[in-house]
Amino acid sequence: MFLLMNNNKKYHALKVDTQKCFGCTHCMKICPTEAIRIVNGVAVIDNQRCVDCGNCLRACPADAFYVEQDDLSKINNYKHRVVLFPSVFIGQFSEIYSEGQIYEALLELGFTHIFEVEQPAGWLMESIKDFSGENTHRPLISSFCPAIVRLIQCKYPSLTAHIVRRKAPHDLAAHFAIEQLKKEGAKEDEIGIFYVSPCSAKMAAVNQPVAEKESIVTGVINMKDLYNRIMKLIPTKEKMDTSGFRRYLSREGILWSLPRGESAWYRKKSMAIDGIHNVVKFLERLENDEVPEIDFLELKSCSEGCAGGILLTGNRFLTVERLQKRAARYPKAAQVEVENAAKELVKKKLVADEIKPEHIFVLDQNRSKAIEKLQKINDILCQLPGLDCGGCGAPNCHALAEDMVKGKAKMTDCVFLQNKYLKEQKVKPEKAYKNLEKIWGKQRFEADCNKKGGRNEGF
Amino acid sequence: MAIELNFTIEGGDFSNAGKASSKIKKVLKQLNIEAKIIKKIVVAVYEAEVNVAAHAYSGNVKALVGENDVVVMVSDSGPGIENVELAMKEGYSTASKEVREMGFGAGMGLANIKRNTDELKIETKVGEGTTVTFSLNYS
Ligand SMILES: Nc1ncnc2c1ncn2[C@@H]1O[C@H](COP(=O)(O)OP(=O)(O)O)[C@@H](O)[C@H]1O
Ligand code: SF4
Ligand code: SF4
Ligand SMILES: [Mg+2]
Repeated sequence: MFLLMNNNKKYHALKVDTQKCFGCTHCMKICPTEAIRIVNGVAVIDNQRCVDCGNCLRACPADAFYVEQDDLSKINNYKHRVVLFPSVFIGQFSEIYSEGQIYEALLELGFTHIFEVEQPAGWLMESIKDFSGENTHRPLISSFCPAIVRLIQCKYPSLTAHIVRRKAPHDLAAHFAIEQLKKEGAKEDEIGIFYVSPCSAKMAAVNQPVAEKESIVTGVINMKDLYNRIMKLIPTKEKMDTSGFRRYLSREGILWSLPRGESAWYRKKSMAIDGIHNVVKFLERLENDEVPEIDFLELKSCSEGCAGGILLTGNRFLTVERLQKRAARYPKAAQVEVENAAKELVKKKLVADEIKPEHIFVLDQNRSKAIEKLQKINDILCQLPGLDCGGCGAPNCHALAEDMVKGKAKMTDCVFLQNKYLKEQKVKPEKAYKNLEKIWGKQRFEADCNKKGGRNEGF
Repeated sequence: MAIELNFTIEGGDFSNAGKASSKIKKVLKQLNIEAKIIKKIVVAVYEAEVNVAAHAYSGNVKALVGENDVVVMVSDSGPGIENVELAMKEGYSTASKEVREMGFGAGMGLANIKRNTDELKIETKVGEGTTVTFSLNYS
């Protein structure tokens, strides 16, 4: 594993390019966990709070967020080079290219085996249904989207017990691929499994799985990067028959990562929600017992599911449209026969560990101290203007007040209070100015006619 | 030491019922109160909020979040409750047809509050209003 990090520190694939970032606050305002602050003129992500949803990257007008990835040349260290990708990958390509042409380009790139992660999705669905017999919590919540799993861990601790203890399709595909290759005589240490990720969340999850000891995948590939490479290599005509690689793919499998992909298959009383801000609103209600009885909840961080993943190219709605057409050409999962004796073995490997809550929003382990801090936050809030302007480098007044009691910010960080203090001659102008520089960086005050902010860029 | 949280509720305003319980929930999470306990309080507060929206003209929620327990007082000006014993019965409801059509008024609210709290006190005066007070210990 190349990107693999040690387990004590939360790994995130999303990084800020401090050369490009100019502290415009768009990301800070949109982050669902209030994980971003502006320090020294650039966005800084709180490692504990970030759930890898990628909304900051989407909101950035300066293209300052990037996703870490493995170097593709690493595949050459393996005799059997397996590429695993979710079906949405195919959905990005215009209809003028057949799936066969795309598959050929992947072989041309150096891969020896190709598996879409959703084959054989039937095993995973079976396994999820098994779990519903073992666990009495309702609704069960899908473990598919890693951003949602992490969101629940930190924001909705009471709901962690509802999360299905099963791994994701890429784990299924990886184990399935290994068993298939072994059947053909390959040795396990000669197999390199490379997963093409649609998002930062899956990247982080593959590198540091939440509910398993270690990941089965050898390396992670950025889907955007792969798309560009394939576009260069794609042949004008299909030259060979690659359909054998797709023989276990089913209609339901292709739709799995789209909205209702899982819930439509699970049936019973199930519901699907996409878009992390929609999910947040729903989970609030669920936690309050304000929703009717539901058996299964499918939650996806991106609107339009993985078709809206941050590493996809093109328009998410077009991708969904293409995938729906593609799915209609494939047989139903029940009709796909998988002649592989390893089913029980693979199913066993899909069982994940229990997901534990992470109490990152706790103010203090000592309760009386925590209450004191809460009181202080309320007192501070009385003083702040309540504009949520972000001029302090925090997403809103409340967040600044919380930062203050944690010792990470001070009253004068609020630009309004600072002005008031200046008038009351409680702070010196030099000191006030320095403080602003500390948050917004020195360059913020240099005249620059080419700066990116202030011109509605990115809209 | 306890922290005081205050909210107002308007009669008929179902879309805002749930705001007080959500805010109280956030505070309890910051105090690291056990999830099971949080859930009980939140359910109780929500039911009390809905009762103001469904049966009264206006009201307010006052929560005292302390080190060992939380005490919640929901007072309203409204019609009051004629027979508290009857109102406590599961399934008993005077909710209007409109309220029931919105999915409320199953007659489980007060019983639900009782089930989820350690102490429940209902003071009411017909024609004036109702104050529902309940508390729950964390341990
Ligand atoms: N705040 C209140 N003001 C007036 N009447 C109330 C109030 N709360 C409850 N009641 C009465 O008690 C009954 C039972 O309340 P509850 O158990 O919450 O069921 P529901 O609200 O579904 O009717 C209500 O139908 C109503 O007649
Ligand atoms: S990835 Fe999501 S949670 Fe993490 S900093 Fe960006 S917006 Fe916030
Ligand atoms: S919905 Fe799909 S693409 Fe989006 S964060 Fe979740 S797993 Fe990634
Ligand atoms: Mg009620």
